Amino acid sequence: MSSMIAPQLRDPAWFARIRFGLLGIILLIPALVATEFKPWLIFEEQNLKITLKFLGDFFPPSLDPSFLKMIAMEAWKTIAIATVGIFLALILAIPMTLISTRVLSISSLSGKMNLLPFALRQTIRLILIFMRSIPELIWALVFVRVVGLGPAAGVLAIALTYAGMLGKIYGEILESGNTDSSESLLRNGAGRLQTFFYAVLPQNLSELTSYTVYRWECAIRSSAVLGFVGAGGLGQQMDNSMRMFNGSEVATILIIFMILVALSDSFSDLLRKQIA
Amino acid sequence: MLRKEIQSRLNNYFLIVGVLGITILSFWSLDLQLSRLFSMKSFQLMAKFFNELLSPNLSSIFLSKILVASIETIAMSAVGTLFAAVLGILLALPASKTNPNDPAILRSPARLLLNALRSIPELVWAALLLISVGLGPFAGTLALGLHTTGVLGRLFAESIENTNTHSSESLRFIGVSELRIFIYATLPTVLPQLISYTLYRWENNIRAAAILGVVGGGGLGQMLAFHMGLFQMEEASTILISMIGLVVMVDSLSYWLRKSIER
Amino acid sequence: MNLDLRKIVAKPPSNQRETSFRLKDISLDIQSGEHLAIIGPSGSGKTTLLQVIAAALKPISGELDLDGTNPWGLSVSQLQGLRSKLFYAPQIPPLPPRQRVVTTLSSSRLTGMTLAKSLLNLIYPQHTRDAMSALDLFDLKEKIWKRVDHLSGGERQRVGLARVLMSSAKLWLVDEPLSALDPKRSKQAISTLITEANERGATLIVTLHQVEVATGKFPRVIGLKDGSLEFDLTAELVTKDILHELYADHEDELNSFTTSQVIIDENLEVPKTSNICRPQ
Repeated sequence: MSSMIAPQLRDPAWFARIRFGLLGIILLIPALVATEFKPWLIFEEQNLKITLKFLGDFFPPSLDPSFLKMIAMEAWKTIAIATVGIFLALILAIPMTLISTRVLSISSLSGKMNLLPFALRQTIRLILIFMRSIPELIWALVFVRVVGLGPAAGVLAIALTYAGMLGKIYGEILESGNTDSSESLLRNGAGRLQTFFYAVLPQNLSELTSYTVYRWECAIRSSAVLGFVGAGGLGQQMDNSMRMFNGSEVATILIIFMILVALSDSFSDLLRKQIA
Repeated sequence: MLRKEIQSRLNNYFLIVGVLGITILSFWSLDLQLSRLFSMKSFQLMAKFFNELLSPNLSSIFLSKILVASIETIAMSAVGTLFAAVLGILLALPASKTNPNDPAILRSPARLLLNALRSIPELVWAALLLISVGLGPFAGTLALGLHTTGVLGRLFAESIENTNTHSSESLRFIGVSELRIFIYATLPTVLPQLISYTLYRWENNIRAAAILGVVGGGGLGQMLAFHMGLFQMEEASTILISMIGLVVMVDSLSYWLRKSIER
Repeated sequence: MNLDLRKIVAKPPSNQRETSFRLKDISLDIQSGEHLAIIGPSGSGKTTLLQVIAAALKPISGELDLDGTNPWGLSVSQLQGLRSKLFYAPQIPPLPPRQRVVTTLSSSRLTGMTLAKSLLNLIYPQHTRDAMSALDLFDLKEKIWKRVDHLSGGERQRVGLARVLMSSAKLWLVDEPLSALDPKRSKQAISTLITEANERGATLIVTLHQVEVATGKFPRVIGLKDGSLEFDLTAELVTKDILHELYADHEDELNSFTTSQVIIDENLEVPKTSNICRPQ
C-alpha cells in the first residue's frame, strides 16, 4: 500500500541548499574584502621577519627583578581596579534593581501594573541597557579625558558598564526565582524593603552572589585590557613594552596575565562552590 | 552534623571578612583621588562632553564614512566569528574524548591551546597582531578569530563530550571509523547547540569589533579613537550611536536565527 | 558467519542496572544462515547476550569466536573490520534526531564508502533508490525525506529495521524489533526481516518478548532466565509448560504478549519482494 502521491526520488531539500549556499557566498566574499582578509600577508617577507624576531624575543621572557617587582605591583593594581569597580557597580546596581524589579511591585499584585510604576521601571531598565551597551573601553576613553590617565578612569568605566550588566542579570535572577514568599509578604502589607530582606534576598542570595563573583572575575580581565587606553594596570604596561618592541617584557606580562586569569578563575570557582 | 554547620558558618564569615579585606586594600592601594573626580572642573568638563554628545554630527559626508566603517566593523565580527567556529570545531575534535576507549592523547595539549587562545583578550591579540599584519581590519578580524576560537573550541568540546552517545556508539558497533561517526552521528546531534553558541558569540564579537579599532583595528573603533583624540565629541557621538545601532541589529539577528533553529 | 560461544560470563555495561547481574556460562553454536530467537523475561540478559555476540560487550570470561576469530584479540582496526561484517540494531533506534531518514539509512553503508563519498552523500543523497525500497518493505516510503524527530515511535523503530536491510552484513543482531509496533506492522516487519535474511543467506538472531512469534517464525529458540541458558531447542519442542517455567516469576509478561497480540496468519499477506540492489 504505497501512498497516493508517490514520493519523488529527487531530494526536496536540494534547491533550498543551493540557494542557501549561494547566499552564503554572496555575503562572504564582500565581507572578506571589507576586512582586508589576506592571510598571505602574514607570510610576506618583511612581515614574517618582524614577526619572527618579535616572537623570538619572547624566549626568554624578561626576568629582571626590578621589572618583575613592578609587574607584580601592576598585577595587584589590576585586581584592585576590578574590585573597586565592582564595588561601585554594586552601589549603583542594587538600588536600580530594587526599583526596577517586578517582584517588588505592589500594583501588579492585583493584575496589571499601574502606569506610573511601569514607566519608572522601564526607564530604569533603559538606563541599565544604555550603561551596558557602551563598551567599557569607550567609557574608559571618555573618563581618561575627564579625570586623566590612571586607574580612576578604569574604575569608573568598570563601575558603569558592570552596573548595567549586574542590574540586568539581578533582575532576571529575581524574576525567575520563586516568588511565593515575597508575594505573600507584600499581600499582607509588608513594605518593599522589608520584603526584599525577608523574602527576596534570602531566596536568591546564592545565585546573586555567584553571578557577582563571576563578573568580578570578568572585571579583572577587563581592567587588564583597559590599561591599553591609559587606565593603569597590566594593560598599560603591556602597551608601553609593545611600543618599545620589547618582546621579552611583553612575554613576561602575558604570562603573568594568564596566571592572574587562571588564579582568579579558580578562586572564583572556589568561592562559588562555597556559596552553593 | 552540627559541627559541619558550624564549620560552614565559620567559612562564610572568613569569606566575608576576606572579601571586605580585599576591597578595602584595593581602595587604599589605588589612591583614587575620587575627590578630584567630584571637583567643579570635572563636572564642567563632563557637562561639556555630555552637551556635545547630545548633538551628533549628521552631515552626509560624515555619515558615508560612518557607513563604510560600520560595514567594516560588522564584516570583522562576522568573519572573525565564522573563522573561529571552523577552527573551533577542528580543535574540538582532538580536545574531546568521544568514548571510554578513546585514547584521546591529544586532549590535554588541545585543551591547553584553547585555554591559551581564550585567556588572551581580543584587544591584546589585536595589539600583538598589529606587529605582524599592520594596522587595519585584518588584525582586528584575526584577533577576534583567535580569541573566539579558544572560547568556542572549549564549548564545542564540552558539548561533544556531554552529548548522547547512543547513535555514535551504534555506528562504532558496526565497524564505522571515528571520523565518519563524528560526521554522521555526533555532529548532527550536537550541531544546533554549536550554532547557538556561535551566534551568541557573534553578539559579543560585534561589541568587541567595534572597539578593537581603538588600538588600530579598523572600523568604527578606529574612527572613534581618532575623533576622541581630537576631542571632537559631536563626531564621537554619531559613532557611538552607530555602534549601539550595530549592536542592537546583530543582537536581534542572532536571536531570530537562534529561534528559527529551534524549530 | 559462524558463531561459537563457550562458557561466556558477561556483565552488562555499568550504567545499566545493578552490577550483580551476570550472564553465566552461556555456550552456543550457531551456523551461518541460521535464524534464531532469544526469549526470556525482562532482566534475563537477552540484550546483554546479543551485545556479547555483536562484539559490543567484552565478556568477563569464556571464549567467543566469530568465523573462527576471537574479536577481543584483535587490534582496534581489525576489530572494526570484523564489526563491519555484522549489523547490531539496538532496541532504541540509534537515529540522530535532526537527521533525515534517507541519510540515517545510508549510514548503514558507511564502512563501504570512501570518505569523499560519505561527504558527498550528505550534500546529495546517493542511495535514494535503495533507501526507498527498504522503506517500502515497512510501508514507510513517503517518510524518506522526513526528519527522524518528526516520526512516531513505531515509525522510528521501523526505520531502525530498514537500516538493517541497507547494510551488506551477513550477521543480523536485532534487539526487540517489534516492541513499539501494532499487530499488523509487527507481522509485516518480522516477515520482511526473515524473508530478506533468507534471500541473502544472512544469519538472523533476534531477541523477542512475543513468544508466539519466536516459536511460530523461528526454527530455533533459546530461552534465558536470570542470565542462564534454560533451553536451546527447535521451535516444535518448545511446549507451553517449558514457556511457563521460563516465565515462572513473570507470568504477567507471558500473558500480555501471548494472547491475540500477534497472530501469525500465513494466508493474509505476502511480503513484497525487495529490489534493493545488494551492496557489494
